[in-house]
Order: sequence, then C-alpha cells, then structure tokens
Amino acid sequence: MQVEVTVNGQAKSADVEPRTLLVHFLRDELGLTGTNVGCDTSSCGACTVHIGGESVKSCTVLAVQARGEDITTIEGMASDGVLHPMQQAFMECHGLQCGYCTPGMVMAATSLLSENPSPTEADVREGLEGNLCRCTGYHNIVKAVLQASGGQS
Amino acid sequence: MTVMGTPRLRKEDPKLLTGENKFVDDIHVPGELWMGMVRSPMAHARVTSVDTSVAAGMDGVHAVYTGAELNDMGLWAAPLPCAWPVTDDMVNPPHYPVAAEEVHHVGEIVAVVLADTRYGAVDAAEVVEVEYEPLPVVPSIAAARDGDAVAHSDLDSNKAYHWPLIPDPDALEAAFASATHTIKAEFEQQRLIPAAMEPRGVLAVPSPAGGDVTLYSATQVPHILKVMIAATTGLSESKLRIVAPAVGGGFGAKLNVNPDELLSVTLANKLGRAIRWTETRSEAAFSTHQGRGQLQTIELAADGDGKLTGVRVHLDADMGAYMMLITPGVPLLGSFLYTGVYDVPAFGFTCDGYFTNLTPTDAYRGAGRPEASYAIERAMDLLANEVGVGPDEIRRRNYLAGGGHFENLETASTLVFDSGHYSPNLDAALELSGYDQLRAEQAKRRADGDTKHLGIGLCTYVEICGLAPSRALGGLNYGAGGWEHATVRFLPTGKVEVVSGSTPHGQGHETAWSMIVADKLGVDPDDVTVLHSDTAISPLGLDTYGSRSLSVGGVAIAVACDKVIDKAREIAAHQLEANPDDLDFEAGTFAVKGSPDKTMPIQAVAFGAFTAHDLPDGMEPNLQEQVTWDPPNFAFPFGSHVAVVEVDEETGGVELLDYTAIDDCGNQVNPLIVEGQVHGGIVQGVAQALWEGASYDADGNCRNPSLLDYLVPSAAEVPNMKLGSTTTPSTSNPLGVKGVGEAGTIGSAAAVINAVCDALSPMGITDMPMPASPATVWNAIQQAKNNNENGGGQ
Ligand code: FES
Ligand code: FES
Repeated sequence: MQVEVTVNGQAKSADVEPRTLLVHFLRDELGLTGTNVGCDTSSCGACTVHIGGESVKSCTVLAVQARGEDITTIEGMASDGVLHPMQQAFMECHGLQCGYCTPGMVMAATSLLSENPSPTEADVREGLEGNLCRCTGYHNIVKAVLQASGGQS
Repeated sequence: MTVMGTPRLRKEDPKLLTGENKFVDDIHVPGELWMGMVRSPMAHARVTSVDTSVAAGMDGVHAVYTGAELNDMGLWAAPLPCAWPVTDDMVNPPHYPVAAEEVHHVGEIVAVVLADTRYGAVDAAEVVEVEYEPLPVVPSIAAARDGDAVAHSDLDSNKAYHWPLIPDPDALEAAFASATHTIKAEFEQQRLIPAAMEPRGVLAVPSPAGGDVTLYSATQVPHILKVMIAATTGLSESKLRIVAPAVGGGFGAKLNVNPDELLSVTLANKLGRAIRWTETRSEAAFSTHQGRGQLQTIELAADGDGKLTGVRVHLDADMGAYMMLITPGVPLLGSFLYTGVYDVPAFGFTCDGYFTNLTPTDAYRGAGRPEASYAIERAMDLLANEVGVGPDEIRRRNYLAGGGHFENLETASTLVFDSGHYSPNLDAALELSGYDQLRAEQAKRRADGDTKHLGIGLCTYVEICGLAPSRALGGLNYGAGGWEHATVRFLPTGKVEVVSGSTPHGQGHETAWSMIVADKLGVDPDDVTVLHSDTAISPLGLDTYGSRSLSVGGVAIAVACDKVIDKAREIAAHQLEANPDDLDFEAGTFAVKGSPDKTMPIQAVAFGAFTAHDLPDGMEPNLQEQVTWDPPNFAFPFGSHVAVVEVDEETGGVELLDYTAIDDCGNQVNPLIVEGQVHGGIVQGVAQALWEGASYDADGNCRNPSLLDYLVPSAAEVPNMKLGSTTTPSTSNPLGVKGVGEAGTIGSAAAVINAVCDALSPMGITDMPMPASPATVWNAIQQAKNNNENGGGQ
C-alpha cells in the first residue's frame, strides 16, 4: 500500500505491506534510522516521534494509520547544524551515554515541555515514565529537561 | 594546561543526539538477507523431526537450514567457545549454534531461515514444524543440586566444577572454633536480564570476490570475537574484519560469542550474500546471556568486639544450559572480594557450578563482584546487630588500615589492594547523606508508631577492576591475556590520531582519551581523533569489560604519549642544537633550559618528523608510537553508599527516598563521565534489589521475557542521587586511575536491602529476598507479625 506522509517538512512516500509499523517505515523505507527500536511491547519509548506535534511511540502505529500526517523525527530537530535547545541541554547535562534511548527521550521531553512548560522534577519523572534508559540512571536526563525548561536544574 | 580532572562535554554527543550515528540495525547493504531463528519452546527435549518444507516454499524465502544440515555443511571447526575452563576437569558439553538432536533451554535455536525482508524471516520461522520429545527439566540451581533430573541427558550429574580458594584451612577452622560471635546467612542472587536498550544484532557482509567477511556486530569485544570466530569456523583471521559500530549499551551482555554471529558470518561466506539479524526484546531473554544466578552461604567469625577473625563462603552457581565465553569464571571474579574492605585473618571460598535448563549466564555489570559485595555487606549488618553496635561502627572496627598505611594492602584472599583509605570515605558519605538527622527522623517515626518505616542502609564496597595482569589471568586458567594496545601518532598538520584497542558502547572513550592525550602532549582535545572498534583500523586490542578501559587502555595511551614525547625530544634537540636533557617540555612546546627564545612546538617537531629532511642520524621518519600495556596489578576502587528507603507496612511497598554515594576511583579524567557511570550503575543495582529478576516456571519457561513484565525502572521510580568522591590514587599505573564502570552496581543492591531490613528491624526482620517487591515485603511483614504474636502468647 502506498503511504504518503510529511516527515521533517518533506513529502515522502513508499509502498509498504499493510502491516508495516510506522517505526519500520521510517527506518527501513525512508532511511531515517535515528528513531530506534528497543522493545516489542510498546514499553521503552526508543521509537518516540511527533505526529502533529504530539509524541507517539512509532512502534504502536501502523504506517498506513499515519497517512497524510505531519511527522517529526529526531533528524528534524536540529536546524542548520544548530542543536535544538533540548538536544543542547542533554549534551550540557551529560544526559546521554550510549545514546540509544536518546532520540526517543528528546522527542518525549520536548513534547512534555510543550504541554507543561514549567515542570517540577516530579513532573519530569512522571512525564518520561514511558521512556527507558539503561545507562544514565535518569539523573542527568531529568536535569537536562529542567534546564531546557529554564527551570532549576 | 590541565584537562584531566575537569568536567568536559562529550565529543560523541552531537551525532548521537541527531540520530546520525549508525547502530547495527541502521546499516544496510544491497542484496542482504534477513535471518530468522526457529527457537525451541521446550527447556529440555529431544528434537525428533524438523519439517522445513512449508517455510522453504514461501515467497521471499531463500533458504531454511536445520541444525543437522548446518553440521553437515561443515561450517563449524569447533563448538561455541568457553575461554575460561576454571578447573582441569570442568564439564563443558559441546554447544553448536543450532541444536541438532537435543535442546537444553527454551529459545535454543533449532533451525534458521533466510528471507528477503525483516517480516518475511519471522513469518517463515513461524511455519517451520518441529517435533520434540520432552525430557526432564532442571529449572533452578536448587533442582540442579538436589534433584534427580539432569540438564544434559548424556551427563550423569549437573555439576560442572568445584573450585576452592582456601589459603590456610587450619587457620580458618581455628578462627571459627574460637569465635565469640558467628553469623551464617544465605542469600539468593536472582537471575537478571541485562537489557541494554539496543538489542543485539549482526550484519555479515561478504566481499564481492568471496573469501573475506566483514561482520558488523553490536558487541563489546570485536577483537576477541575475531579470534573466536576464526577458531570456531576455521576461517582465517586475516579474512575477517569485525566492526562494532555505535553500540547501545552492553553491561556485559555484549561480550559473548553468539550463535547469530557465527551463523551470519559462515552463511554470508558460503552464499555470497549479506546476512543480518536483530534480536527482538522478548527474544533477548533467550538469545543473550543473563547475569547473576547464585545461591550464597556466608559465615563470619568475630571476636567479642565484632572484629572479624574469619570469613567462609560457599556458592552454588547457575551456569545455565551451556558454558558461554566466561560463564564459569564469573562467580570466581567475586571470590577475592568476599572479605570486602575488611582486615580478615582467615578466609575460605568454594564454588560449585551447576548446569540448568535455562538461558546461559555470563557477565553482567559487576560480574561476580556485586554478588560478593552484597554478601559481605549484608552479613556485616547482621554482625552489627549481633554485637550491638551500629552499621557504621562495625565497619570502622574492621577496615583494612594496613598498619596505618593506605597502599599495597594485603588481604586474606591473597590479593594485594593497590590503595584504599576507607574511614574518611565513609565519613564523607555519612555527612553528605545527613546520616545523623536521618537516624533522628527514624527514631521519631518509630516513637510515633508510624506505619511508614524509614530505613537507612550502608555499604562500603570494593571492586576489582582493570582486568587484568596477564599472568594473574593465566593463574586462573583464563584463555587470554589482559593487556591493551594503543597507537598515538601525530599527523603532518599537527593533529593527533589515537588508535585504541578498547571498544566503547556509551562510556565516552573518544572524549576521555582525547583529554589524556591533550594533557600529555599539550594539544587541544579537539585536535585529537580517536579510532577504535574496527579490527581493520585497530588490529590489536582486548576490548571493554571489567572496568578496564581507563586503567588498562587509557594507561596504554598515556604511556604511548610518553614515548612520542621521548622521540620528539630527540628531534627537537637535534634541530635546536641542544642536548635532549637540556630541553623542557611544557604545554606542547620544547624549550632549551636557560634560552627562552630557543623553542619548538611539538606540532613543528611532528612536521619535521614527517618531512624527515633533518632528523638525527638513523632515526625513522614520522612521530608515532605503539604501546601494549599489561598492568602489574589490578586496581581496587571503593566507595561508601547510603540508601534511604520508606517501607509501607500496609502495602509492602518500598520507596527509595534518597541515595548518596562517595566513590573513590583514584584520579579522575572526566568527572562528568564518572558521575554518569555511577548514576547508571547505582540504578542497575537498585533495580536488582527492588524490581528485576528473571522468573522461571517448573518447565523452565521464563515468565517475564518482555519489558512489560521485566521491570527495568523508569525515571519515575528513582530519585536524584547525591554524589561525591574521595581520591586515593592507584599505585597500579602511572595515571593513578582505577575504573568506575561497575562501581555503582557493586555498592547499591546491598545498601538498598540493608535499608529495607533496617526499616523493618523493630519487627525482627533481618533478611529480605531480592527483588524486594511489595508482595515479598508484605509477606515478610505478615510472617514477622505472626511470629511476634505467637512469641508474645507463650
Ligand atoms: S520500540 Fe516502541 S516502545 Fe519500545
Ligand atoms: S543513554 Fe544508553 S540507554 Fe539511555
């Protein structure tokens, strides 16, 4: 089936099996491999992207369900070689180690701030509950999100 | 200029933050085939038939192979390797990538399909029909030790080995015979699923002309893998190139030699097509080894003051179904640390390894050492109760003080700790945690009859890292050395290129190595490029595990820099017409003593070495040096952790309220990276204490293979952590560094369970199995209440 979407501002289309997950469509068909896969039970959030500005685990959506949608992936966050403020905050706070959870974390965190621009530490921890990181113990991820919000870090 | 010791943002980050980095599953080549695994649903069974006809006839399926067919194809020169035969008579059943006759754990591969697409490989694997004849299952260590079933039907016992370390048996006997206090405790180290966020995966690419294969693997050990693939397949090492691209965490789970790696290489070589596979998360519970899996018995002997006189330990260790690369050695890595940081005159350790019909075990963050630290640190709390002193006091009374010196501390387990100064480290942890206020708050809650019990747990751990002096490994029957290789070269333009045999997967090697080189050579860290993780670029190396990267690989780089400076000094002296001994080298510039205008920056020396127009007679052109560093001793980092928990008497729920860690990893290169390692390590140990554990039923099925049921913590479950450090430089290497990758994990499980037991001590609770889930804690509380009521009625 033909799937047409807008990804990071560009029109894209590909012919895929109806059962193709959005995450595999992005990775295998469009070559946008920044979005990762960490599980098969919608538990880890490594695959988080924005659809219409809201964060969605792209392993929970079929590519065909995303037809016509406006999708942003991690590749669309930095512009002209300048990191998005959330990416910059992750870097400054050492909020990543292996970096595998990081694209999903950055996408989930930016969406969290768009819903709640001034979160508390507890808000951030609750808000990122669906994203797992095995490396950082979350301490510096939480710090990064608070820093990006302009709040205390 | 001093770069070492200052926090510095990581070079690695921009590529990882933008999705530019390539993990294995991100790399594609034309014509690649997807491998799908047909896995056994039974833990122990005879394979009576495998029907591949339906799968083979499906559209897009290229081939289907059974274990017997693969054996007949002559792909294997030897079974999967175990590099650590811990005793001469260790039992090691042959283990081939695909089982042909008998399966020994759920998830063992019985057939392999090759298909055009990711989904097609899964579809085809599902329709391969396999018939099994069930055999008796050994689903636990206790069953392996005490039951009748045998995990391998051609063996008559499940026992794989017996390994003793009893330096002075008579002294040990005497210590227990004359003790005032003795403690005996049993603990279970449950099996853990490592769960690096990137699943393992492979892509094997044959050269178009045939004969050579490049394997991209999500591995911690490309160099070891290369040797082992050559040994098991008979392919020449010179035909193999192993690349570890971006690797998304390892924690030990990616240091093995796995069936998928051997299958992809041999099939790619045979078919002339690229072969790929990526494990699914739920599959990883079977396709990647697990950690821990031990029953521990620890006994302490002490005098009337609680001063230890002897420690005796026995382990029953779960090997799982097969010996993987270092399976049998993992429990023994902890053997030397069961006396902790304490001055113990007499020590004895024995370990029995057993086969079960479960996923094989092998290294997981800490590998043997968190288990050791847990046992001794839990037992020290029991001794404190017995003697009637606080947990801090019992530790202070026993710390190794080395007769007032803090280097070269001899221990009863025969090792000599490079350096350690434990009391001030504990003081710092108690102070930062607000220990006295916490005790006051605890007393108040107890007086008020609060049902939310506050618990405070301590742990002073020691870790053995910097694996390893090659001779020491030889003494332990390990099949390789413990050195690391480095090349440091100046490029003609004055930039520096470092080639390291150490292989990162999140630790920030590129940043850290650049900082070491910057300090040594007086160059900008941004002018240093670090090459690694590709055996074509870095042919010599022994990779990353056991917190060895800095204390072995980083030191190799520092020593190579010294050699570069030595050569540069000769060239500069020649060109400045001075004696080499009369040159100072500072901040990247050679200067003739007493003639401040006669100077030469090292970049100019490097260019001169490149043009070779005017070198001393007989000197080779170019400025580059290689070093293979073999450490003279291990390094022994240590630290004190304080966990604060709240246990709800009504629900059994445990909340981690606060966590303090003062770690001492010797001199630090990048404190930012050190803290990150400690944070992550602490949470992995806390997770063992409170949430994680691979659970198996009587048939050997894992009940919780997916991330829905296996409770890797999220940000919502853990608090911020308070970290600090003390610095006791290592005497094992010229940088004075130790290692910190496993430290957090080694300290934290004991600290948390000590805190839970401390919270519930007024009820008479002295132990709590891991993971201390609400149900487990609630049951323990009910049992304690019943005991107390019954006791009260008598
Ligand atoms: S891959 Fe989507 S939640 Fe894990
Ligand atoms: S940085 Fe490795 S999983 Fe988060």
